[in-house]
Amino acid sequence: MRILLVEDDRDAAAYLIKALREAGHVADHAVDGEDGLGLAGEGIYDVLVVDRMLPRLDGLSFIGELRSRGDHTPTLILSALGQVDDRVAGLRAGGDDYLTKPYAFTELLARVEALARRSAPGTAEAVYEVGDLTLDRLSHTVKRAGQDIPLQPREFRLLEYLMRHAGQVVTRTMLLENVWDYHFDPQTNVIDVHVSRLRSKIDKGFESPLLHTIRGAGYMIRDGAR
Amino acid sequence: MTAPARPFRVFRTTAFKLALGLLGVFVLTAVFALGYVLWQSNRLIHAQIAETVNTEVQSLSREYEGGGVLRLAQEVEKRGRQPGSFLYLLTAPNGLPIAGNVGDLPPGALDKAGQNEIPYARRGETRRASSLASVRVVLLPNGFRLLVGRDLAERGRFAAVLVRAVFGGTVLIVLLGLAGGLIVAQRVLRRIDIFTDKSRTIMAGDLSGRLPLAGTDDEFDRLAVATNAMLERIEGLMGEVRAVTDNIAHDLKTPLTRLRNNAEEALRTAESPDDYRLALEKVIDESDGMIGIFNAILLIARVEAGMAREIMQPLDAAELVEGMAELYEPVAEEGGVACRVAVQPELRVFGNRELLGQALANLLDNALKYAHVAADGTQGVVSITAERQGEHVLFAVADRGRGIAEADRNRALERFGRLEQSRSLPGSGLGLSLAAAIARLHGGELRLEDNAPGLRAVLVLPATLREDAH
Repeated sequence: MRILLVEDDRDAAAYLIKALREAGHVADHAVDGEDGLGLAGEGIYDVLVVDRMLPRLDGLSFIGELRSRGDHTPTLILSALGQVDDRVAGLRAGGDDYLTKPYAFTELLARVEALARRSAPGTAEAVYEVGDLTLDRLSHTVKRAGQDIPLQPREFRLLEYLMRHAGQVVTRTMLLENVWDYHFDPQTNVIDVHVSRLRSKIDKGFESPLLHTIRGAGYMIRDGAR
Repeated sequence: MTAPARPFRVFRTTAFKLALGLLGVFVLTAVFALGYVLWQSNRLIHAQIAETVNTEVQSLSREYEGGGVLRLAQEVEKRGRQPGSFLYLLTAPNGLPIAGNVGDLPPGALDKAGQNEIPYARRGETRRASSLASVRVVLLPNGFRLLVGRDLAERGRFAAVLVRAVFGGTVLIVLLGLAGGLIVAQRVLRRIDIFTDKSRTIMAGDLSGRLPLAGTDDEFDRLAVATNAMLERIEGLMGEVRAVTDNIAHDLKTPLTRLRNNAEEALRTAESPDDYRLALEKVIDESDGMIGIFNAILLIARVEAGMAREIMQPLDAAELVEGMAELYEPVAEEGGVACRVAVQPELRVFGNRELLGQALANLLDNALKYAHVAADGTQGVVSITAERQGEHVLFAVADRGRGIAEADRNRALERFGRLEQSRSLPGSGLGLSLAAAIARLHGGELRLEDNAPGLRAVLVLPATLREDAH
């Protein structure tokens, strides 16, 4: 996909552009808000990654300007300001996701890919399928190889989120944010335990595992046979 | 540092100026009051004089009725010679005096009957404007006229006495007031000087200094008590800041040292890309840990500075606590700890779900860390409760671990207030102080209680009845 990075710190930007390209994406760089508006105006980007503090036009004003032009390209805000109220301000200004510096690149990549997926058509399908695992969002049922798998409501939401992002890395904080709606760092491995419970329900007794742990990043649901 | 010697400093004190002002008001009041008294008594004396003159006229009228003009003339002559007598004058129809002790009168003084006030002179004296008399003129049949009067000097003497009293009193008041003002001002100045000197030594670095109390429970004592309480708080905060700085240095040095050792070790011994990879992953883990510590420090600072109220909203506390319990339950079970959850329905608080969730998560993290070390050897238990108690909603997380000794509980709430016994366990040492800061932001507090055995951490929050708590 094509990503526009609006960031005034040239070192940070160079590192990020390089890493995004290595991950197989096309990445362009704008050094300030005005510059970014010009590039974003071309309408060729799938996702925008915007630093909050920018010269000439700050990140939040940049997004506000973009939204007022009717441009709804998914936008990830990067900021050194990471408290609750900063995040609220960022999302109110029209940002779609918020990531606090310093961040792990895997976290940024996972979020950028999730944002791109959000805007892709057909995301709201009623049934998700990965290999022989199906999740029906209307009847709230999960089946693997035709066999009913009973899940708790939270487990269902966890699986639903993982399957909506099938084939993409989903980080622990993304799960905590999207399934539990909390944005903090738990000291204990709460998410891991929930995922491993889910795994024991959907993968146990089946030959090929679908729910994978991606080291140093998070989790991914994917059909291993294909 | 001493104050430069300033002469007449006492005259510039508020106390002295106040005394001066009061004195002015008092003198004005006294002058007005005494003036009023003077005026009233003047009137009274005047009325009395007129009354005695009337009585005398009546007495003489009786003489006249009994013996005619001749008898009257004799009587007037007789009475006029007595010491301290009234003023008398009896004139013939042609205007010539027949009897009496009055020598000179202004012309026309006898023309009209009735009460009057005129200058006069006794027989053999010359008339002066200052000799005033209150007189009554009676017209007798056949053109005879009788004047009876009384000197008004008595009134003047009385007035003079009063004026002297007023003046003397005022001077006395002014002198006493000035002296009193000076004494009070001097006293105030002495207390202030003591405070000022003490403040200077405190500013110079002696934070343990306190303002002395006179023990009189006056306004200065009250000021000193309040100031001392403030100093107490400042000293506490300074101590905390110092301890935090020490602890930040200590707690960050440990992971930094580990990070450095790992990197060095990898450089020295790693042979395969896998070895390097492992070492680098450790480096990243350690860095993440440190970033976590910084985030917690920043969040505490932010929360303590007071966040905007706009991030707060009415919340269903029951849902919040149940959600957090559900999030942590599997972790507890994994660690062999049983979770007991008891949440009253319909609990409402006004706050930020994110921050309250974080506070609860910290309490749960903390409880789980110690719960499995069950004090009495039985299975570890963490109980999570939420209930309404009067005006408050209480979130409690209790474990049956070894707890915190009462003496250590306050320290456990301080930033980095990790007790020595737990230094070996993972954690930033900021969890409880962050929870406490969040509780304070919501107008509540974090209480650490004895769960006998174990620790019971209670988030006390004000309950809301209405949808909007503004």
